[in-house]
Amino acid sequence: MTQSAEPAGGTASPYPQFPMRRTCPFSEPDEYAGLRADEPVSRASLKVNGKETWLVTRHEHVKQVLGDPRVSSNLKRPGYPHQFHISEEMLAHVRLMMLSMDPPEHTAQRRMLIPEFTARRTKAMRPRIQEVVDERIDAMLAAGGPVDLVQALALPVPSLTICELLGVPYGDHAQFEEWSAALMNHDLSPEEYGAAVQALDMYLDKLVTLKETEPGDDLISRFLEKNRTEQAADHLDVVTMARMMLVGGHETTANMIALGVLALLEHPDHMAELRSDETLLPNAVEELLRVFSISDSGTARVAIEDIEVGGVTIRAGEGILALNNAADHDETVFADPGTLDFHRKEARSHLAFGYGIHQCMGANLARAELEIVYSTLLRRIPGLRLAVPAEELRYKDDAMVYGVYDLPVTW
Amino acid sequence: MHVTTDHDRCVGSGQCAMQSPEVFDQDDDGLVVVLQERPGAELLEEVHRAVELCPSQSIHVTG
Repeated sequence: MTQSAEPAGGTASPYPQFPMRRTCPFSEPDEYAGLRADEPVSRASLKVNGKETWLVTRHEHVKQVLGDPRVSSNLKRPGYPHQFHISEEMLAHVRLMMLSMDPPEHTAQRRMLIPEFTARRTKAMRPRIQEVVDERIDAMLAAGGPVDLVQALALPVPSLTICELLGVPYGDHAQFEEWSAALMNHDLSPEEYGAAVQALDMYLDKLVTLKETEPGDDLISRFLEKNRTEQAADHLDVVTMARMMLVGGHETTANMIALGVLALLEHPDHMAELRSDETLLPNAVEELLRVFSISDSGTARVAIEDIEVGGVTIRAGEGILALNNAADHDETVFADPGTLDFHRKEARSHLAFGYGIHQCMGANLARAELEIVYSTLLRRIPGLRLAVPAEELRYKDDAMVYGVYDLPVTW
Repeated sequence: MHVTTDHDRCVGSGQCAMQSPEVFDQDDDGLVVVLQERPGAELLEEVHRAVELCPSQSIHVTG
């Protein structure tokens, strides 16, 4: 596939194209600072289909939009700013994932899942995550460097964690990672995208059917059990929920693991600081989440009534991208936003997990995984370094979730 | 300081319980529970942090 699809309508839009690219992996696209300053609620044209959308770039406005019940997440609504190729016909057949539902359907499903991700439950999962991380690092040390940290650690840790939580046999993980990566790729054709969704759903359909008759100690089985009384989801909803958890649970965290390690390797003073004072770890994780804000445009919405944002009227039926990478580099909230600062008091105010009723459910789990991976790596492989010049690394500029494709490291 | 919460709005992010564990907790359903409706002034800063970080704007502080 080519990178720059011609607008489908043929007429060139007068507005800047979206997505805009990061020129430095540790920052935001260069255009964002100017938008925040001069035109914080602005128009853009989507590269994928030439359709127009609003871009919202200031922290307070992103929070306002994502917290507004007059704004919908429903990707079937006309005007929703799609960021990948999807035909009208396919759209008509799509079963909405929870993240694309509005209340009250969203509320009913989310409520059944909330107990799985409480602060307490996540804490209880830590010892198992630590085991998983230690096993992977044992394997890295046994193999010897150089290794690709993405394949050796960044992908398997969240993949194993989410597979165990959902009750998916880990033996099938290679297949999952392939489908999952496909679903995050901007440049797939509708046919390729549809095929990936279908293959994953067929697998999950069998798995859910199995758990309906032979429940296990896992999230899918508990969801099915609750649903017997709640009746909030049918079989296909459960399959779709499982897909959302699986895809959302590993691609995102995997990218943050690899980018976070890269940030530490490229900032040796920060790494030394973190190694000498582990109490900095939770805030360091927040700061890394902020700086990268990897799911920048994951917060796509469409207005269902006219709303006013920063003095601009967004009309009912118009699409909105509330850009969290832009919000997380807002200099009125984060002084000197381009600087990585593990002592930054307001780091946790970032919107990397979104905001509002759709804020990432797995945020606490992701935080736990990141803390454990970074700290264990620092402790167990103190001599960790890049095995190639940083300039040679390739970044996921065209994916829905930002990341680095490979991270060759040695020690 | 008087702390109230809107149980129906809560989306169970657990941010409040992590920011201010003496004032907030999550019940078996994962939804917000207020442990102290009138916490002392020494907890003011962390309670305000919880308000700011709550993604569903379910926490209200008066007085």
